[in-house]
Amino acid sequence: MVDQLPFEKPIIELKNKIAELKTFTTEKGIDLSGEIEKLEGRLEQLEKDIYGNLNPWERVQIARHSKRPTSLDYIDRLFTDFLEFHGDRLYGDDKAIVGGIGRFQGKPVTIIGHQRGKATKENIKRNFGMPHPEGYRKALRLMKQAEKFKRPVICFIDTKGADPGIESEERGQSEAIARNLIEMAGLKVPIICIVIGEGGSGGALALGVGDHIYMLENSTYSVISPEGAAALLWKDSSQAKRAAETMKITAPDLFELGLIDGVIPEIRGGAHRDVDKQAGEIREYLEKSLQVLRDFDGITLVQKRYEKFKNIGEYNHVSDVTPVE
Amino acid sequence: MLRDIFSKKKKYATIPSEQAKQEVPEGLMTKCPQCKTIMYIKELKKNNLVCEGCDYHHRLSSYERLELTLDPGSFQEFDADMIAKDPLEFPSYLEKSAQDREKTKLNEAVVTGEGTINGIPTVIGVMDARFRMGSMGSVVGEKITRAIERAIEGDKPFIMFAASGGARMQEGVFSLMQMAKTSAALNQLHEKGLLFISVLTHPTTGGVSASFASLGDINIAEPGALIGFAGRRIIEQTIRQKLPDDFQTAEFLLEHGQLDQVVSRHNLKETLGTILALHYPNGEE
Repeated sequence: MVDQLPFEKPIIELKNKIAELKTFTTEKGIDLSGEIEKLEGRLEQLEKDIYGNLNPWERVQIARHSKRPTSLDYIDRLFTDFLEFHGDRLYGDDKAIVGGIGRFQGKPVTIIGHQRGKATKENIKRNFGMPHPEGYRKALRLMKQAEKFKRPVICFIDTKGADPGIESEERGQSEAIARNLIEMAGLKVPIICIVIGEGGSGGALALGVGDHIYMLENSTYSVISPEGAAALLWKDSSQAKRAAETMKITAPDLFELGLIDGVIPEIRGGAHRDVDKQAGEIREYLEKSLQVLRDFDGITLVQKRYEKFKNIGEYNHVSDVTPVE
Repeated sequence: MLRDIFSKKKKYATIPSEQAKQEVPEGLMTKCPQCKTIMYIKELKKNNLVCEGCDYHHRLSSYERLELTLDPGSFQEFDADMIAKDPLEFPSYLEKSAQDREKTKLNEAVVTGEGTINGIPTVIGVMDARFRMGSMGSVVGEKITRAIERAIEGDKPFIMFAASGGARMQEGVFSLMQMAKTSAALNQLHEKGLLFISVLTHPTTGGVSASFASLGDINIAEPGALIGFAGRRIIEQTIRQKLPDDFQTAEFLLEHGQLDQVVSRHNLKETLGTILALHYPNGEE
C-alpha cells in the first residue's frame, strides 16, 4: 500500500499474514481458523499499542497523510444547503481558502476553511493549501457578512502556512493576516476554530482567533514547521523528528499547555480511515460549542475572546530568578 | 626565545567580541555596512546614526530610539522587570536569554512606557533587534498588550516602533498567540477611538509584520528598512529565482500601497509630533 506510514509497518505485515492464511484456507481446504483468530487478536492489540501511543513525529505524518480529509470533506458531511462563495471583491478568488454559508443542524452558519488538494493536480490549483492575501481577504469578507446576519462562523484550519511568494508580498500578505487577527478579535458573532490537519504559523492563525479552538487528535499547530525549526536549531532539517517533540506542536501537547480548548478524538489510525465517523466526532464538538456560545451577546463574546487571548503567555520577573537582597 | 620579545608579529589573532560583532563597536571608528565608508562614531551619533554618505539608517537600541523620539526627561518605563520564562523547556533558551540580557542590558526585546512628544503625552513601545533578533515571545506580547491597555486607560495615543525577526521559535505556539493577543488589544484601542501609529524599522518581518506592526491607523517606515512576511531565502527557494535588491524594502512597500509614508530618521520626531497634534487635543491649533 502506498499510503502506509513507516511506523505502521508491523501492522501491515501482520495484516498481510492474516490475508495469506485466509487464502490458504480457501485454496487448500485446510482449516486454520484457530491460527487466524489468534493473529487477529494480536493485530487488535498491536493496533492499540501503536496508534494509542503515537509520538509527535508519527502524528505529524498522519496530519500530512495524502488521504487526510480536507475542509470540503467535512463541509459535505456536517452542513446542509452549503453554498460556496467566491472572491475578495478586491483582486481575485483564492482557491486555497473555501467559504460560504450553509446550515448546521438546521441553523444558518458561515463556514470557512483552508483547502488543500489530495492529488497533485488539485494541489496545484489550491496552491497546496497556502493562501495568498486575497484568500484571507475573502475569509474576512465572509466573516463580516456573518456578523451582519448574526450567524456563527466555523473555521477549519489546515495549512502549512501562508503563501511565501513575490506576489503575496506585493499584495500585502502581512497586512492581510494582521487584519484578520484584529477583525476576528472584534467580530460580534461566535467563532469556532478547528485544526483538522496542519496549523502552520500565521497563515493558520489568520483563521484562528476564535472563542473555542479545537484540534483533531492527530493534527498539529506550530509557529514554524518541524523541518524549519530543525534547520534553524541544528542546521539540519533531517532532525525534524526531534524538533516535532521539542516544539510541542501536537493536539495533546497543546491541550496540556492550556493553549486549546479541546482535543477531538480521531478514528484509530487517523481521520482518513473513516471520514463519516470522523465528521460525526466533530459534529458533537460543534454542537456543544455552539450551544454554549449562543447564550452570549456580541459585546460579551468580544470581551471574553479578548480575555482568552490576553491570558496566553508565560513570563517571569527579574525578582523571581534573582533574589532581591 | 629572546627574539619573540622583539617580534612585532602578534602570536594570537584577535577575535572581535560578541558585542563588537552585533552592534556599532564602542571604539572610535566604524564602517558603514552599506557604503563601507569608515567614519567617526561620534559623528555618526550626532547624525542620529544615519550614514552621511549613503543615508543608511543604522540600528538603534530601544533607549537610543526613545531619546531621539521623546521630549528629554519625559520617559517613564512600564514593566521593566519582566523576563522570559521557558514554557516548552526548550534547550538552552533561558541561557540564551540571559546572555542577551547581559549583552544588551535589556530585560527583553521591547521597552514600553510613556512620555511626551512636543508636549503631547503618548504611550510608546520600542523593540530592540539585538535581543533574540527582536523576536516576540510571551514577554514582548504581554508588555505591548499592557502598554495598549495603559493607553486605553489614559485616553492616550499609542506609538510602536517595530524591529523584529518575527515570532520567537523557542516559545512555540505561545509566541504565535502573541500575534492574536496584541492584535486583540489593538481592537480594544480602536473601539475607544484612540490613535495608533506603527513605525516599521529595520527589520520588521514574520509574525510581527503580520500582526500589530501592520495595524496602525498610520503606518510609517524608515528608509531602507526590510519589511515583509516571508524570509527572502524562503521565497527564493520557493520560486527558484533571485529576488530584486529592493524587494521587501520600505520603498518597495510604499510603491505597493502598504505604507502611508517613508520618513527619514531626521524628520521622524517632527512627523510624529505633527500627527499627534492633528489628533490631540481634537486636532485644533
